[in-house]
Amino acid sequence: MAQRVVIDPVTRIEGHLKIEVEVEAGKVVDARAGGTMFRGLELILRGRDPRDAAQLAQRICGVCSVEHGITSVLSLDSAFGVRPPRNGRILRNLVCGLNIVMSHITHFYHLAGLDFARGPDTPPFVPRYEGDYRLPQAVNERVVQHYVEALAVRRKAHEAAAVFGAKVPHVSALTAGGMTENVSAENISRFKGYLGEIVSFVDNVYLPDVMAVAKAYEDYFQIGTGYKNLLAYGAFPLTDEEDPQGQKQFFRRGRYTGGQFGSVDPERITEDVRFSWFEDAGTGRNPVEGVTLPAPGKGKAYSWIKAPRYEGRPHEVGPLARMWVNRVGEIAGLGEKAFSVMGRHYARAVEASLLIREIGKWADELVPGEPTFSPYSVPKEGKGVGLTEAARGALGHWIEVRDYRIHNYQAVVPTTWNFSPRDDKGLRGPVEEALVGTPVKDPTQPVEVLRVIRSFDPCLACAVHLLETGSSGRHRREFQVL
Amino acid sequence: MRTLSRREFLKLCAVSTAGVSLGSLLGWDFVFNTFARAAEGRPTVVWLQGSACSGCSVSLLNSVDPPVADLILKLTGLKYHPLLMAAAGEMGVDLLEEVARKERGNFVLVVEGGIPTAERGRYCLIGEQHGQAVTMLDAVRILGNAALVTVAAGQCASFGGIPGAAPNPTGVVGVDRVLADRPVINLGLCPMHPDHFLGTVVHLLNYGLPELDELKRPKMFYPGPIHENCPRRPDFEAGRFASSIGEEGCLARLGCKGFIARADCGNQGWNHGVNWCIKAGAPCMACSEPYFPDHTGPFYGLFTVSRTRSEARPSS
Repeated sequence: MAQRVVIDPVTRIEGHLKIEVEVEAGKVVDARAGGTMFRGLELILRGRDPRDAAQLAQRICGVCSVEHGITSVLSLDSAFGVRPPRNGRILRNLVCGLNIVMSHITHFYHLAGLDFARGPDTPPFVPRYEGDYRLPQAVNERVVQHYVEALAVRRKAHEAAAVFGAKVPHVSALTAGGMTENVSAENISRFKGYLGEIVSFVDNVYLPDVMAVAKAYEDYFQIGTGYKNLLAYGAFPLTDEEDPQGQKQFFRRGRYTGGQFGSVDPERITEDVRFSWFEDAGTGRNPVEGVTLPAPGKGKAYSWIKAPRYEGRPHEVGPLARMWVNRVGEIAGLGEKAFSVMGRHYARAVEASLLIREIGKWADELVPGEPTFSPYSVPKEGKGVGLTEAARGALGHWIEVRDYRIHNYQAVVPTTWNFSPRDDKGLRGPVEEALVGTPVKDPTQPVEVLRVIRSFDPCLACAVHLLETGSSGRHRREFQVL
Repeated sequence: MRTLSRREFLKLCAVSTAGVSLGSLLGWDFVFNTFARAAEGRPTVVWLQGSACSGCSVSLLNSVDPPVADLILKLTGLKYHPLLMAAAGEMGVDLLEEVARKERGNFVLVVEGGIPTAERGRYCLIGEQHGQAVTMLDAVRILGNAALVTVAAGQCASFGGIPGAAPNPTGVVGVDRVLADRPVINLGLCPMHPDHFLGTVVHLLNYGLPELDELKRPKMFYPGPIHENCPRRPDFEAGRFASSIGEEGCLARLGCKGFIARADCGNQGWNHGVNWCIKAGAPCMACSEPYFPDHTGPFYGLFTVSRTRSEARPSS
């Protein structure tokens, strides 16, 4: 008979997550993922000056704050009809790129690393689930030692980002039309001064550590597979012109569904709510047209997270999706093994390495003294969309301005995709599906389950849920964020 | 071991200059010895996250002196921190119960994020024990009443912050509204400044509660308005105002709220003193104040450069 195992809270992730799995004959046979915190940021945004969105929406998350800020200013640029000048575009790429690299380093060493390496026998490393920790002693010691080094490197990545971003997390220099900080020979050189050490850590420490862990845990190239459907909006614009298809970006937009590569049309995204705490009436709609009613007591529901689907199918987002749809050699070369716990860790490290190098090249393209900001005026009415990538995957913000104020603001975030509950057809979300088949040696110490969960780098404060709080009239769209 | 009088400590904090971290300021020996002395009993720290974005934890990880690694690994008994600890599930919740029971009056509670109070706190569940959900509201009440002192780390925990902004759908309040009769130290700012946290802990361990202003913020980190020490102050005095983002001059006409924001950002800077909002041309949002963001927005105020100015509605 199946044994029910509950992990609540799931720790060493951002936010509040509860996982339930059924274990039978030493394997997970079913799984449920639920988000347990609600804040209502979209509702809080309503009625405010649209320019403020860039600062407020960043506070959706303190880990992916830069990415939320970038997505927000992209939606504002689009609503205001303004494009940043070249320097402004590059500065945004630099600050965002560094935050993603920071995020990947933090994820491996401080969040997921302790799934594989045993920390010292002192708080906060004990108590812990015991299990088959099997890194050779020397490797284990190295990874724990690098836990400390990585703290310094991730801090320096943030210091570099602050050179142009003012402060991190919560970058105050981000604004519609560009950035507030100027470009000078002095701040370029200050910025570049940080890069060497970060490049060296990523290539000489992070990548080798991931490979050493992968070697000891090779079976984790077969665990945590999931649907093998991947989706990426792409990120880091390389052109100052419009790029509606997202192909002129360092990471291009794309999709991989049922073994086929394809393009991404955001209008084909729908969100189901059969197993979320919302009235069924609002199910199956595109997020832009979403009508959602809270139903906290709904019996069969188990999450505040909705179930986004592309053409009705669950898709995984994140570094693996970005590297796979961009057919990056190291990841494409893994073949089927890429769809796994280790594939995700490896994709993250490969991406960090690609990105940190490119950041140095982008910095060389800055022109001291040239503007970083294009003036604009706030229109009386307007709609805008920002689509880009957070460290954890595809991120979209939508804004509607009416009478110079925010009428509607929505964010559909990576963790909503990955940690969605079942949809109307009963299909599990990507992580739920990835958990099925995971061997669990001792259900009282479910370390294997946590390895699968953390390979997705969950970020629950981001996992946005929309609730209509006002009238349920068809044309009213008033939202809250979980 | 070097000792430092309370007066010297405060003086050092008040005259710090950009780029100088707490360690270099107070002397690394002093900071380290403070913790080392305390570490004989390794003061237990419990860090809870409520309606939070983890930004204050991320900001703490950016601290330089003492390196956060020492803080985590050597100097304090950080028994509970959802972002950093190995424990998960009921094992984690049990830890909270154990601290509240066994270390009553002898541990520091740190709260990150606001406390949702609507619906009896069910908008933020921090774990499950014996099949029952534990709300953040309950956890703060139980642990806060057992703790020696509670540090509200950041704007949300201090004053409600953005989740507590209008219309405040989940009834978020700051910690001292839940723990009205207990000692609470507010470290406003969004996110929390890492030096404020460490400086407060160093003060607590050496001299007890720091002197607080009427909003329960340590006076040493929340001196006069930012405007007083602003590097753009001479521009203000001379009437040189930036009329668009990216221009030199005082940012008042772009919406800067440095006149009403009390914080030491201009002295300490952010990210090891690399930069800060006003230096980078970004108007101050007064994220240190209890009425942020409801009454400190719109953040950008007026733009006088505009292509279709007649359409732009002036914000006031």
